[in-house]
Amino acid sequence: MTQNGWKELGLIAGLVVIAAFVPIMTDGYWLTIAVTAMMYIALATAWTLFSGPTHYISLATGAFFGVGGYLVATGMSDHDISFWTMAAVAPLVAVALAALVGAATLRLSGIYFVIFTLGLAEMIRGLVSWVQNNFLGSRGLYVLTDFTEAHIYWMLLGVAAIVYLIGWLIERSKLGFALKIIGNDEGVAKHLGINTAAAKVMLFMITGYFTALVGVIIAPRYSYIEPNLVFSPELSFMVVIMALLGGTQRLWGPIIGVIPFILLWETITVSFPYSTTLFLGLSFLLIVYFIPNGVVGLIEKFWKRRDA
Amino acid sequence: MDILISGLLLGGTYALIAMGLNLQYGVARIMNLANGEMLVLGALAAFWMYSVAELSPLVTMIVIAPVAFAGNWLIYQLLLRPLVKRAKTSGQLEVDSILATFGMSFALVGIMVAIHGEYFTYSFLASPFDILGTTVALNRLVAFLVAAVIGVGLVLWLNYTRPGTAVRAVSVNTEAAKLVGINVPRVSAIAFALGGAVTVVGGTLISTFITLDASIGVIFTMKALIIVIMGGVGDIRGSIIAAILLGLVETAVATLIDPGLTLVAAYVIFLGILLFRPQGLFGKRAS
Amino acid sequence: MTKPGRPLLKVQGLTKRFGGLVAVDTMTFDVHENEVLGLIGPNGSGKTTTMNLISGAFPPSSGSITMNGRRLSGLPAHKIAREGVARTFQLVRILPGLSLIDNVVAGAAFGHRKRWGLEAEQFARDLLERIGLGDQIHLPVGSLTYIDQKRLELARALASEPKVLLLDEWLAGLNPTELQDGIDLISQLRQEGRTIILVEHVMDAIRSLCDRCIVMNSGAKIAEGTPSDVLSDPEVIRAYLGDE
Repeated sequence: MTQNGWKELGLIAGLVVIAAFVPIMTDGYWLTIAVTAMMYIALATAWTLFSGPTHYISLATGAFFGVGGYLVATGMSDHDISFWTMAAVAPLVAVALAALVGAATLRLSGIYFVIFTLGLAEMIRGLVSWVQNNFLGSRGLYVLTDFTEAHIYWMLLGVAAIVYLIGWLIERSKLGFALKIIGNDEGVAKHLGINTAAAKVMLFMITGYFTALVGVIIAPRYSYIEPNLVFSPELSFMVVIMALLGGTQRLWGPIIGVIPFILLWETITVSFPYSTTLFLGLSFLLIVYFIPNGVVGLIEKFWKRRDA
Repeated sequence: MDILISGLLLGGTYALIAMGLNLQYGVARIMNLANGEMLVLGALAAFWMYSVAELSPLVTMIVIAPVAFAGNWLIYQLLLRPLVKRAKTSGQLEVDSILATFGMSFALVGIMVAIHGEYFTYSFLASPFDILGTTVALNRLVAFLVAAVIGVGLVLWLNYTRPGTAVRAVSVNTEAAKLVGINVPRVSAIAFALGGAVTVVGGTLISTFITLDASIGVIFTMKALIIVIMGGVGDIRGSIIAAILLGLVETAVATLIDPGLTLVAAYVIFLGILLFRPQGLFGKRAS
Repeated sequence: MTKPGRPLLKVQGLTKRFGGLVAVDTMTFDVHENEVLGLIGPNGSGKTTTMNLISGAFPPSSGSITMNGRRLSGLPAHKIAREGVARTFQLVRILPGLSLIDNVVAGAAFGHRKRWGLEAEQFARDLLERIGLGDQIHLPVGSLTYIDQKRLELARALASEPKVLLLDEWLAGLNPTELQDGIDLISQLRQEGRTIILVEHVMDAIRSLCDRCIVMNSGAKIAEGTPSDVLSDPEVIRAYLGDE
């Protein structure tokens, strides 16, 4: 194990401890923002776990997130199952979904994967709405818990920390090494004995699990759940853009991307509520053309120049 | 029978849209995920001209096609060409162009919402018409016929003219096309622009019988992509058949089960294609 | 030096069609243990396709490949690699984002004889030393010369201790001094008793390295025997030079 690895982990642990104090220091508006930011940190880190090393752009976040949120709501509202039971079950459904999507698309070029995940949330939303309207009766789904914003925040922080730790461990494992080789040359990877499709699907399933878990934790915040709310295609794009802004070649990249973007996004939605889509589009273009490697890329370039 | 006729008519228009995407992806190698927004832009133009000046969408179509061609040509030269030059590998170009065209699609949606945030509703040739004992709206039939004429024209152009042959050559093998003296960047730009123009035209046609709004583009992008993949990338004949198939299945699902499930139906087809024939319905398995 | 032993790899009726083109046409041959088999023939005769079929880059249209009685044909590339087939590529394909050692560890970690962690690293170091890259171990991969890249790729292939090693024009593109070094290196592998199939155009290398040669033309086998026999075969000469 390299020294840098431990230093990185120590730094993150320190950050987690500091972040844990946020709900004690503040409540109300800033805590609401902090919960949103922590949700995106967890989602974007989970996204980078898969999309960073493989370079596959996943737009499945909205679908996994929706599976988590919707199942919790159905379980609690229709079947009187406890929140905690659903929190254990729902992410596993997302894992199964990830396995299916992965098996169908990850053997093929990245383009098929992007296209498939592009409409996935929308498609599942359509399916779920149809089932709900025709077979279950169109009743409202409620997620009623005793959780406060602070509780939700701490749970999200916990998930984000676990995702990070898992990513850190994977980076140092044989699976991580295999992914690095796949990222370099997938054809060579196959000939070295790496089951490239299995490695990618495995990672995608991990991402699916934690994305759905975030959906589960956020559900009590909405209290009233309908498919249109949780199966949100926009969420998928928000996560992609924040991760790209931070930079996907380091696991800590997304954390750097989320915080400024959330603050900017809040300002935009308040000042120009009808221009958010335009803003999202321009952000995408700005990142692709001017900071293709994200803030991480800029920082590393700066370090390299300083060292030289 | 109703389903068959309506499905066929819908599929004809889908085929035209898929043809546009095929030109952009098969020749210029740009996976244009803003394709659906281009389509909606065409629909918006038709709606706007009709509401403001009571101009027939068919006239709008003729006026807007060259504008769309020029606009898409500029997009290619200013925004996409730099990505082609920058990319070290085809994988990187793929990722970059996906992200850039996502950006464009959101920007376009944002602009269109600002222009007209509601549904583009207008009524054009909505009178009933009788074919083979089935009553269809006249606008559907007209849209189908216009799409068919443009489609056939395009196929003839591709197969029997010099520039068309150059486009096909680039589509088959970019490197070899370079060697026989074809100006690949120029042909790519033209193919991209032409694809964009075809898509916009498709949008004006669709707007005569489907009510669209500014944010629906992504659904059409999905459908066009599914058709192109089903038909096999670069295979015009394949995408026509795939488009008609999708039109039929969607119409059947919408009539027999629920209109909300058309995307689910498209996905089921897509999943089947990916699992069993990823090279497309008629494609040969590549190495 | 070990004498060629029992048949290790058996290729029977191997055929590959791409659309209407028959790239490999009912090839049948054996590769014996400890043997260096040369696969030669004019450009486009199907040599590389044959190598790709053996390594599982794509499946054959018909025919079979077996190793020690276990069927390889139809298996995906990663399974064939784990069975003990390793290869180098016609155009050298090293892993640019990895260090020299990691390039070799990549070969050791997932293949036929798996090694991981410190053991793999030590093994990689020894292998790099033996292959003549000992002095460059800490250099970035991008700064390697062409022959050193080829060496690295060879070390990566050897790292899994394969039963059969496929070298696809490993000597192509080397200058005369490098070529001599390259031939010496492969002949050293031969001394160690490795089983190798090599596709090659360099005639000197074929004469000095191969125990046996198979000559292909238009996808089919047209001759088989010792290098000196096949290279004086009139049909082989005709295949290379064309009809007069």
